[in-house]
Amino acid sequence: MTQTIPIRLTVNGRPRAAEVAAHHTLLEVLRDDLGLTGTKECCLVGECGACTVMLDGRTVDSCLVLAVEADGADVLTVEGLASDGRLSPLQQAFLDKGGVQCGFCIPGQVVSAHALLAHTPHPTRAEVEEGLAGNLCRCACYEQIFEAVLATAEGGDR
Amino acid sequence: MSADGVVSTRVGTSPNRVGGIGRVTGAQQYVADIRLPDLLEVKLVTLPVARARILSIDASAALAVPGVHTVLTATDLPQPVPRFGPQFVDRPVMATGEAKYHGEPVAAVAADTKDAAEEAARLVAVAYEELAPVVTIDDALAPGADLVQDPSIRPNDPLSGTNVLREHRFGWGDVDAEAATAAVVVEGDYTFPMVTHFAIEPHAYIAAPDGDGIAVWSTIQHPNWLQRILAGVLGLPLAKVRVHAPDPGGGFGGKQHAKFEPLVAFMALRTGRPCRLVLSLEQTFQAVRRTTTQVHVRHGLRADGTIAFVDVRADYNIGAYADIADRVVAKGSYPAAGPYRVPAVRILSRSILTHTTPATAFRGFGNPQVNWAVESNLDEAATALGIDHLEVRLRNVARTGDTLNPVDTRCDGEWDQSVRKAAELIGWGSPLPAGHGRGVALGIKSGPTTGLSYATVRLLSDGSVIVLAGTSDMGQGARTVFAQIASTELGVPLERIAVVMGDTSIVPYDQQTSASRSTVLMGNAVLSACRDVQAKLRTMAAKLHGLDEAGISVEGGVVRLLDRELGVMDVLRPGLGRMGGEVIGNGMARKDAEPDHPLSGSAAFFEFNCTAIEAAVDEETGDVTIVKHVTVSDVGKALNPLQVRMQDEGAAIQGLGHTLMEHYIYDDAGRIRNLGAIDYRIPTSMDLPLHMESAVVENGDGPGPYGAKGMSEGALLCVASAVGAAVRDATGAELHDLPLTPEVVWRALRERDRRRAQEVAR
Repeated sequence: MTQTIPIRLTVNGRPRAAEVAAHHTLLEVLRDDLGLTGTKECCLVGECGACTVMLDGRTVDSCLVLAVEADGADVLTVEGLASDGRLSPLQQAFLDKGGVQCGFCIPGQVVSAHALLAHTPHPTRAEVEEGLAGNLCRCACYEQIFEAVLATAEGGDR
Repeated sequence: MSADGVVSTRVGTSPNRVGGIGRVTGAQQYVADIRLPDLLEVKLVTLPVARARILSIDASAALAVPGVHTVLTATDLPQPVPRFGPQFVDRPVMATGEAKYHGEPVAAVAADTKDAAEEAARLVAVAYEELAPVVTIDDALAPGADLVQDPSIRPNDPLSGTNVLREHRFGWGDVDAEAATAAVVVEGDYTFPMVTHFAIEPHAYIAAPDGDGIAVWSTIQHPNWLQRILAGVLGLPLAKVRVHAPDPGGGFGGKQHAKFEPLVAFMALRTGRPCRLVLSLEQTFQAVRRTTTQVHVRHGLRADGTIAFVDVRADYNIGAYADIADRVVAKGSYPAAGPYRVPAVRILSRSILTHTTPATAFRGFGNPQVNWAVESNLDEAATALGIDHLEVRLRNVARTGDTLNPVDTRCDGEWDQSVRKAAELIGWGSPLPAGHGRGVALGIKSGPTTGLSYATVRLLSDGSVIVLAGTSDMGQGARTVFAQIASTELGVPLERIAVVMGDTSIVPYDQQTSASRSTVLMGNAVLSACRDVQAKLRTMAAKLHGLDEAGISVEGGVVRLLDRELGVMDVLRPGLGRMGGEVIGNGMARKDAEPDHPLSGSAAFFEFNCTAIEAAVDEETGDVTIVKHVTVSDVGKALNPLQVRMQDEGAAIQGLGHTLMEHYIYDDAGRIRNLGAIDYRIPTSMDLPLHMESAVVENGDGPGPYGAKGMSEGALLCVASAVGAAVRDATGAELHDLPLTPEVVWRALRERDRRRAQEVAR
């Protein structure tokens, strides 16, 4: 059997522990061990952004982070954005502006946008384009996603 | 119930997407998110070659890996190995005897964990002899070329001894006679690259024994078609094959038809446990792609700018198995003459088998490939005649009721309105900065030629509604539109309507989610189910009030008696009484096949689009910037204007992918070299037009609910043609091959310089 390593991390504010294989990624542990399937798996080479999460305040492609590297870290996934059953203003704006089609890339898009607004509360359109450049949307809903992010920024609350 | 709530969700408004909340919270369950107890993970065994004779397979080392339950090879399947396909029964459950494309599975492993399955898949020892593959159209048509398909697959077919799967001949009038009336005749050759769908959700499949039947979860667009395929391959009655089709994470045609579901089903039956296969993105590249084309086109224009004839030969490379690709070839080449009045048309198209990824449906269904050639050549012909590129289109575009193809549906829209609108929005004819150019192109696609959709609408005792509709909502927003139809007809706000899809044991039959049909066909079925509910409410009201039914009308949630108006609940509550219950309405929309029609059915509607582009070209690098992208679609009636905009703009940007950057690169051995997201580029947020403007024309002249037409492919049809035209306008370069990467454009610029220098020297 593959040897496992114990890790502890905080996911969406909740302490979690897991026994992980050394070669398993944070994405695999989130989805397979912790049951948090909101974070999506697509390219597995850090190009598509579907697996984007925040790790200690910065966005990462969770397919490129070994789970053991996340030992002790604070992780935010798409499941952590809504609170008390209420969508965050950013999530609501994605719906209001039509930023969602098939939805498969959206967990990564929302987390990237959340991080962008955390660091740049009033981004220009160019900053939004740049900030989301790592998140592919094959439905190509980019324009509506930009509108959602910019509207949230204007609203002053993410 | 609040009237305001209904007003804001009826058709013509843009309420938030039904199913949207789960998509922004991560709660939406796609196939790969489903967890079943005792699940086994499946991994495929493939060969690093395009084509090989399989000599033997030794699974002993793989079976020794702890946690491995089975290694399935073709010899473990019923013999002869079952084959399937939507058009030809040609694709084996897994390769048998010969592997015919890079990535075709020759064995599959099921294990307790992904790690064990992966390790075991690497340990399956396949002895094989590499064979020279047929990769290109030229390879396939060369005299003496190896046959991709065994002739026994198509007995009694005169073409079965060739790599041509089928030839299609369409047309009308006398091309040669009309050629005599032409002032100019211009011809050219154009190619379209091999591109892939790249849905962000890779294909995924789960199969599980289910009593004396089987349950299958798939990222499929056509669950009922898959049910039929599985029943055939497994020898089960339809009722014992339950297909669950959770909303796909993007389909674009690539998820229309069965791929590895039969394989995973056999593994589940063999192990007695649920088995799951999730493809990697690289494997999806090897599983689905668009047909690629070589087109020769000839136009004749008369002195007055009218089109005298169009003559098209289109060869499509469809890969190793037919899938639905031959239908793509037929339906994609059929409208090759475009949305114009043309007295004589001759079309010859061929579907050609090669040892490459089996091609399938992809948004536009064979039309963008031919459109690129035909619209580009029309520009060349107009230039030769000295007529403006917008003017030649306005002069020839069909007007409402005009004949296009004499045996097909006549022009069903005010198409010139879309053209004029696009011209206005792009500023056609106004001065441009140096290095900029403009192009305009028209796209037309035949809508569904047959169709069958059933829907059930259940009005529950509290006045809330469940709509059962077997469309797959893969992002186009079908749930929302069906809910809006029910909202409009029954006067119920959207938050009190649920739309259930994707379960063949519960939801009534739907033929398929394709050809931009669902708003029209399933929409009409939902509408007629709502009308059935209304009729039953009328009966109920008549009985309650002792009136004749003829004096009662039900419309939009209002029940009108002779002397007063009641709400639906005023009738439903006393009508159902203490035991509760519900009112069930059924609806159907059907378009029958026409046996004598060249496509076996005329178009239910046409998708029409005009795209106009302003592009800037960097003379030093060949880099193309889309300065402005205008896309105008004739949609009949936008039932949800925001979703229409999203579909049009999304299709437009998807079209920029094959126009500017996307293409498979093959090595000499017939293997795709650029598998995956690093080496195959699709448009990102940094690749968008500097300005995108989408608009619609709404004349209520479609066959769908409230005059809607199908849409969502239209805005992709002629993107390449309009961009190519803009680049030619900006540079004077000749362009025949997509994608217009900087390298391709740079080479065309240097060729232009060489040509100009020669002209000066002369």
